[in-house]
Formats: sequence, structure tokens, C-alpha cells
Amino acid sequence: MHREFLMGNEAIALGALAAGVNVVAGYPGTPSTEIIETVRKRRGDDVYVEWSVNEKAALEVCAGAAYAGARTLVTMKCVGLNVAADPLMSLAYIGVKGAMVIVVADDPGPISSQTEQDTRTFAQLAKIPCFDPSGVADAYQMVQDAFALSEELHTPVFLRPTTRVDHGYEAIDVADESAWEKSLPAGFEKDPARWVIFPKLSVRAHAEIEARNASLSDRLSAYPQNRLERESDVCAAPRLGVATGGINYAYVRESAGADDCRILRVATPFPFPEELALDFLDGLDEVLCVEELDPVIERALLQVCGRHHLPVRIRGKLSGDVKPSGENSVAYVADLLAIFLGRASAPAPAALADAPELPVRPPVLCAGCPHRASFLAVKEAMRLEKTIYCGDIGCYTLGNARPLDMCDTCLCMGAGITIAQGVGHVEPDTRCFAFVGDSTFFASGITGVVNAFYNQADLTVVVLDNSTTAMTGHQPHPGTGVTALGEKVAPVSIEAVLRAIGLTVVETVDPLDHDHAVDVVSRVASEPGVKAIIFKSPCVFVSRPQATSHVDWSRCIGCQRCVKTLGCPALVPSPDGKVAIDESQCVGCTLCEQVCPTGAISGGASA
Amino acid sequence: MRRDIVLCGTGGQGTVLASKVLARAAMNAGLSVKSAETIGMAQRGGSVVSHVRVGEGAASPLVGLGRADLLIAFEPAEALRQLPYLREGGTLVTSDRPVVPVSATVGGPSYDVEKIMATLEAQAPNLTVVDAARAERELGSAKVLNVLLLGAACRTGRLGFTTDQLRQAIHESVRERFVELNDRALDWQG
Repeated sequence: MHREFLMGNEAIALGALAAGVNVVAGYPGTPSTEIIETVRKRRGDDVYVEWSVNEKAALEVCAGAAYAGARTLVTMKCVGLNVAADPLMSLAYIGVKGAMVIVVADDPGPISSQTEQDTRTFAQLAKIPCFDPSGVADAYQMVQDAFALSEELHTPVFLRPTTRVDHGYEAIDVADESAWEKSLPAGFEKDPARWVIFPKLSVRAHAEIEARNASLSDRLSAYPQNRLERESDVCAAPRLGVATGGINYAYVRESAGADDCRILRVATPFPFPEELALDFLDGLDEVLCVEELDPVIERALLQVCGRHHLPVRIRGKLSGDVKPSGENSVAYVADLLAIFLGRASAPAPAALADAPELPVRPPVLCAGCPHRASFLAVKEAMRLEKTIYCGDIGCYTLGNARPLDMCDTCLCMGAGITIAQGVGHVEPDTRCFAFVGDSTFFASGITGVVNAFYNQADLTVVVLDNSTTAMTGHQPHPGTGVTALGEKVAPVSIEAVLRAIGLTVVETVDPLDHDHAVDVVSRVASEPGVKAIIFKSPCVFVSRPQATSHVDWSRCIGCQRCVKTLGCPALVPSPDGKVAIDESQCVGCTLCEQVCPTGAISGGASA
Repeated sequence: MRRDIVLCGTGGQGTVLASKVLARAAMNAGLSVKSAETIGMAQRGGSVVSHVRVGEGAASPLVGLGRADLLIAFEPAEALRQLPYLREGGTLVTSDRPVVPVSATVGGPSYDVEKIMATLEAQAPNLTVVDAARAERELGSAKVLNVLLLGAACRTGRLGFTTDQLRQAIHESVRERFVELNDRALDWQG
């Protein structure tokens, strides 16, 4: 054993390696991304790891490996589970031979996601066990427990950390590499009655799964991570309990009065540890359920109370005592407990008298980001047209902000293309554009293009190819020609894919060559049918600036056209209206030089 | 020793490295440490906050409002935004140089740095202001704001580490060719 200061996601990766994982696959997505990156850095040579094109592919790759007896780890963010849901729902019936732990990082808030969905609820739907860690040390332990359970019961198992566990850090004791388990997969054995899903198999498996989960509930009541913590003063009346799990257990522990309550820490929200819950409820008058996202623990306790006719009042989200959405915090949970215990809550920090209004900081495209140039080219070319700009998931969603204002819709990965198609069927006179990033194109954009082409749509697909998966921290994808293992492989050409689908108008252009880019957009958009523009220019984190731009103040007339057109964070207006360039941010993209009406900006150059 | 420290700034300013340095200093001193970071979309120029909790007895990686012993701000508007984390009698160390967001130049709320600094002076009695622009001129680099602020925080005596402990942790956290620059930033006093 040795001690390391680890991020929750790093702890999950090291826990999986310690459990002898053989095959790891996932798609990047905040807050889950660092798990695969850590496996990549810390794995032994015999561990296979890949960035898959999407979560469905990742889960299927691991299903195949697990059929052949391997211990497998699949990672994704909460919404990624929706993409992987199809294989997962069936795999729950089929089961695995080796092991499969699916880490799904939920995101209360949401801080970096489209939804506040709850993988604990998904576990109930898929009928597979789910572990819910409260911190970094828990995550390290639980991923190993999840592997053991998966292998023993031949079922996929969820580990569902939330953002504060994924991105929390703690110094914890971890196993030395020499102590990692070694797993030798036994290989695939042909057995159609086991591996081929048919209705007859499904109905039998369904019954077995329900029976297994019922007995697992009893067994998990004795799982040490599901814990009953007794109140310090048993005479207090009314007798109060708090039921919680995940990071909220840590928040409860930070709250004054927690020692005066009985506490149920639920580490396996599904199957719910009912026997332990009965112990917890015994003699209590009221229970407060402290959890984020869905009221999973609250519903389970209501069910237990109903089944056993217990006169315990269960409070939580359903009763209106806990807010229905959003992230909890130390302060919010402390206030909840104070109210529940009938104590005065800690005084809220006094509002600052006479405080000035603070500037707002929505996330923005980086200085020099090529997406800004791509959006500007389309905006200028379509200035006089009726248009819709369907966006997608990635850095380029930030094109919605002023002054660009170039994202009219955003739904989920890959949806921009097919949404543009749908709008076009209803509004034939609208020029429909779909913006999609390179990684998103591979993840789920291609089927949309096929659908639009086959069904005779009229739209322009704009692929923003910056040669990386930028938003999640620059992971490679099929177009980059590099794998997660660092191997150089043949890159998949986006242009060739589009042409193979049947598109005849496909133009690749450098968006930083502004006038040319505007011309290309005008020309391509006027063609009938489905056509595509690939704006190819590397992310500023991938390229290296050669020289920053600078402003000649004798020629700057203070019109601020650069600021108002581009919204680049490196352009800083001074009090007299003239514009300066923040050299610490400028990467020399030269877009401001090209929009300046007096030629006052020059000198920029990028690789 | 228990110390709850909150660091705040904007994406890309180097708050994450600063909190890692503090965590390393704590581990070197044999102390428990937990921390939490803002990672994801907010890193694209948004407000970012790091929490560092040193010493036994911290259950959560996040510091509660009104409980931070020390607030280290990389930027004045962020100092004011996160001021509610500071406990009564807590210490604020802030850079005085604003990072003006794009929103303030295209119609969003404006950035009144003088009024913000005046509010900080009125609300935070234990205030240390670091002249970031002058420090950068004298150090010849804009990339060491994090170590500059850690040095100033250390000299308030509220960080709980000596300068040498901090120096050791920095040396273990940055690339060798940046060690000399970071040493000068750590020791810089305006």
C-alpha cells in the first residue's frame, strides 16, 4: 500500500486496475473523462484501453470482451448512458461471463450536462445493481466491490459517482502495482442458448433477475458500505433520522446536529438494502431524505414503510422539504438539517450593502478559436437570408453567445443534422444549417447525414473539424489518426465519409481565411440537397502560436468593430474606446486583423 | 491544524495548480487533505473555484459558506463573488487586476473595478492586495500569478505552511525549467 493524492476519477481507474481489469472503453464526457485517461497512463501493457466512437460502441466492445471472460470497465457521463441504453437493456438479460462495471458520472446542477438524469433510477429500469460512492476513498473501494459482484453474479454493475466525487481529491491508501489482481480471461465458449437473445430467453432471464435482486437486497443489507449510524442521544423526541447517500452523506456529516440523528448511508440504492432500512426506521418518528437528482432513497423508504405499515413520516423531495432540482451544497444541507431538527439555522452571510453588480462570466470560445471564424463566415454569407443554425454538443455550443449568436437549437449529440432536416420539411424557404464537431460527427452525426441524404433533405452540414475532442480536454478520435494507446493509425476522412454517403458538394476550407470562407459558404449553401462544408483548423490547444497580433493605436479609430463582431476574449477595449490585445491570450489567428476596417491590427501568425 | 482554503478566479488562470501545490504541501507535512475543482465547461473563461481542506475531520471536499479561513482570489470580481465563503475574521488575498469578460463589452453588466476593490476593502478587514501588473513586469512573466498569490498568502501567516514548505511543494509540482521563475514569484513582495 502507498498513499496518493487522487482525483475521484483517478481512484476509480486505479481501483479497476487493482481489480484486474482487462479491457476498458468509453467516450469522453465531463465529469467522467479522467477515468480512461488515468487507465491509459497507469495501466500495465496487458490492459487494453480505447476511446470508442460513442458510448454504445464502448459498451458493446466490453460486452464482447466480457463474453470471452474478461473483466471490463465502461465509462461515460450521465447522458452517454442514453446512447448505451440499447445494448445495456439487453445485456442485463444476457449477462456476462467475466465482469463488467459501468461507471456513469451523474452531474447534479447540471454543471456540464444537458440533463439532471439519475443513474440510480436507470439501475432500477435496467434491473442491475448500482453502487453510489460518497468520496474518493469510497470510489476506490466500491469499484473493486462492483467487480467482485459482477463476476460472481454474471451481471453488469453500475458505479455512479457524481461530479463532486469525480472531481474531488483526497489523499488515500492504494494498492501497489505488484498487488494488483491478475485476471486471465477463459475465452468465449459457443452457447447460443446463452448468448443469443430471443423472447424465450428473455422471459426466463427476467424472472431470474427479479429473484436475484430480491435476494441481493438481503445480502446488501450486510454490505459494510451500507451503514446505520446510531444517534448519540436515544432519548430525544421526536426521534429523527436522516437517510442519504453519495456526496450528500459528506454534506450531512458536515452539518451541526448530525450526531443527534440516526443516519442511514445508502451505498447501494439498487437493490435497496431493505432489512437495514427496517433497522433504521425502527422507533423513528420522522426521516429526512437528503439526496440530489431523483428521490430514489425517499421512494424506497416510502415503499418499505408501506409494505410494513410503519408510522414513519418520510420527508424529502416528494414532500417538498428538499428542492426538486439542482445541486446541493454544504450550506444547503446544513440548513435542511437545522430546519428538520427545529434549530435555528446558521445565519446566512449578510448581503453586502451597496455591492456593485458583478460582471457575468458565461463560458466563451477561447481567444483564437477557429469555431469563431467558422461561425462568422456563415453569418456573413447568410446576412440577407432566412436561416436556422442547428447546433450540437461541444465547444461550438458556445457559438450561441453574443455577439456571434449562431446556435438556434441544441438538443443532444448528433441531433443538429436531423433537427435541421425536420425544420426544413416545415419551412422550405429557410436555409437550414447544421453545425457538428469532428468528434461528434463520428459519435452520432453520420447516421443523421445518411438520413437527410436518403430522405432528400435540403440543408448544409457544417463540420467544425479542429482535430481533437476539445471540450473534454483533447482526446483523440477516429479522424485524428491516433488511438488512446498512442498508436498511429489510418485516420478516417470526414470528407471521404460524406462523399461515400453520396454528397457531391463537399468543400474543405480554412475558416481563418475569412473572405474565401465567406465565398465558399455562399456558393455551397445555394446548391440543392444535402451539401457539406468542412471548416478545418486546429484547436488553439493543439496548434502553437507564432506571433500575437498588435494594434497600431495611431490607426485604431475606436469603432470596436473587432470586439462587437468577434467577442474574442483577447480583445480588450480601453477607456478611450481604442482596443488593446491581451498578449497572454492572443494566439495570432488574425481574424481581428481581417475584420478591422482601418487595417490597424497586424502581426499575428499561427502555425 | 485545520485550514479551509478557497481559491477563485477565471478559467485558465492557474487555480488548479495552486490548489495542487497546497495539497502537496499538506501531504508533505503528513496532514490529511481533501480538495475539489471546477473542471469542464466553466474552464472556458467562466468563474472557477477550488476548495482545499487541510487537517483531520473534513467529511466533504467542499467548504461551506462562511467557513473558509482564507480566500485566495486571482481576480477582484471573483473575490467579491466568492466572498461569502470567507468566515468572519478570515483573510482575503487578491490580485487587483481585472479579467474583463467578453459579456461586459457586448452589453452585459459592466466591470467597475474601482467600486469592486472599494467593496472588498470595506468588507474584508484582513485584506492583502497583490499588484499583479507590477509583479508581472518585474518578473517578466504573466504565467506565475498562482505562485505570486500563494507567496502573499503565506506571508499573512494564515496559510499554515512556511515559505520553505511551500517552496518544496512548488518544486515538486512544476517543470524544472520553471523552478527559478516560480522561486522569484514566491518571494516577490510589492
